[in-house]
Amino acid sequence: MSEEKNKSFLEKAAESQVWRSIFRGGGVPRNRRQRMMSVLNSVFLHLHPVRLPKHAVKLKFTWCMGGLSFFIFLILTISGILLMFYYRPTIEYAYTDIIDLAEQVPFGIMRELHRWGAHAMVITVWLHMFRVFMTGSYKPPREFNWSIGVILLLLTLLLSFTGYLLPWDQLAIWAITVGGNMARATPFLGSEGPGASLLAIGDINFITMGSDARFALIGGRFMGEAALLRFYVLHCIGLPFIIMIFMAVHFWRVRKDGGISTPV
Amino acid sequence: MGSFKEIVNTISNPTILFTSVVIIFPFVFPPSDWFEKWHRKLGLHHLWGTNAIVIAMIAMVTFFVYGLGDYNFQKIVLKPDNVPISGMIFLVVFFTWLSMHQAYKNDERLDAGQKPDEFYEAPNDKVLVWPDLVYVELISLIIMSAFLLVWSIGLPAPIEEPANPTESPNPAKAPWYFLGLQEMLVYFDPWMAGVVLPSLIIVGLMAMPYIDRSSENSGFYSYKRRRLAISLFMFGWLVLWVMLIIVGTVLRGPNWNFFGPFEYWDVHKLEALTNINLSEIVYIKLLSTGLPDSILLREIWGILITLAYFLILPPLLAKTILKDMYARLGVVRYSLFIVLIITALTLPIKMYLRWIFNLKYIISIPEYFFNF
Repeated sequence: MSEEKNKSFLEKAAESQVWRSIFRGGGVPRNRRQRMMSVLNSVFLHLHPVRLPKHAVKLKFTWCMGGLSFFIFLILTISGILLMFYYRPTIEYAYTDIIDLAEQVPFGIMRELHRWGAHAMVITVWLHMFRVFMTGSYKPPREFNWSIGVILLLLTLLLSFTGYLLPWDQLAIWAITVGGNMARATPFLGSEGPGASLLAIGDINFITMGSDARFALIGGRFMGEAALLRFYVLHCIGLPFIIMIFMAVHFWRVRKDGGISTPV
Repeated sequence: MGSFKEIVNTISNPTILFTSVVIIFPFVFPPSDWFEKWHRKLGLHHLWGTNAIVIAMIAMVTFFVYGLGDYNFQKIVLKPDNVPISGMIFLVVFFTWLSMHQAYKNDERLDAGQKPDEFYEAPNDKVLVWPDLVYVELISLIIMSAFLLVWSIGLPAPIEEPANPTESPNPAKAPWYFLGLQEMLVYFDPWMAGVVLPSLIIVGLMAMPYIDRSSENSGFYSYKRRRLAISLFMFGWLVLWVMLIIVGTVLRGPNWNFFGPFEYWDVHKLEALTNINLSEIVYIKLLSTGLPDSILLREIWGILITLAYFLILPPLLAKTILKDMYARLGVVRYSLFIVLIITALTLPIKMYLRWIFNLKYIISIPEYFFNF
């Protein structure tokens, strides 16, 4: 009876029907078994193994950069969804909607959070790659997962790049113009790329300004409405969809390839 | 103090900056015994000691604080989209130090016959994810959230004038993480700098574990036992990636001319553009005849040099200095490795050809947009 009295509010709550229905097993994890079950019984935590080598929880070994990259991705998803309520991807409205975000929305820092988060994610992904390289963790049996990671790095850069156009200001269109002009020089597939003029029958060129890689990217011969819409769709739907598939494979393979790398 | 700014402006010129970095680099990250010997003799291993990072951080902070007093430095460094780069510089220096510091400690332990610091005895040395890892993650997330919130409140996201396709800014720059590629445009045509080389970076990174595939010495920080791999990677990552981004962002102004960090971005700065092609050097300068009409005849020298570089150099290396590596890797892996390496090396090679001979293209066939 006296034991019952000494229980804290949290402990009592943890034994209630509601709590036990949400967190399988219920109760505050006190002993070893309960702690293990709390990981196994959670859809989010079971990305992790139950137990880890001790260096895997040391910040000086992991730098936590992979986890932070994923966390920033979640921040970017949430802030991005909020931004989509206000932003219309047309030439008439795009710029003014961005201005409104700063001037009309009380305490509006969602765009800042989204932009600086994007920059931070580029850096954390790079540092994650750097850490994985320095510990030799790219080596077999993790070589395929390293390759997935390189694709995730590329997708991170592409996500950031496509988002760069959306404010539709001078900074945006000229940065994307510089990038888009590169596509024009793609070998064989760009209208000003080496070999493109060889893809022709007589005088009829197959690869022209109206059919080359740059046209596919920006949806026209010039930066305009179509480019904005294309980048918007890629940024909000296309690339996040692809990156989530690769992330799922990446996390799953971390576990399947033996968890965090350890000295043999 | 004016002279200090002059000195910084002078040594940050790509020619001087890049040359000194390339010379110092193998002594800092020695790829072989000979460099290792000098690395120790010159005392460069102290770079990975605890004192070095404290001094480096203080020096960098001092430099930034001092620099921010200068209008031109302030203007480029405090441009909102360049702020992440300053953060990145500190982070890259710190994490390079942190990894090398642990690598050297582990090397000492291994030399003394001990196990690396990360070694654990399964299953006794294992810890529980709940609460040990969950704690670390939670704290990291909170710190990251707080950091992003403070950053977002403190620094408004940039917004310039509405887009105007008829008025191009000078210089027009890509997002900062692509400025290393844009910097390569100085030395290569867009099809190389913007398409082929970035693709090869991706392919090269993905190919890495298929070339360097012994799973020995993995799972812990170590330098000595993987020094060639780390040295090559560090050159690509620190010099060709991070440094080129810094050059492209901070040191390139109007007309993509070079400007020191304390130099005013003068739109009217004149730089003589007398770059010439290899065919012009051969036919006009050396032979004093005009350029031949036939494209093939005109470009034959450049084509021969390029073919020799890509087709004769690899087998030659396999027979001589890279004999051991060739034996270890086999034909396919060796070919992949050497093609990636010598393609990456075309960048420094073209830099120096440009700086020394004003060479523009080795092969120049503008008729087919093929300039190399």
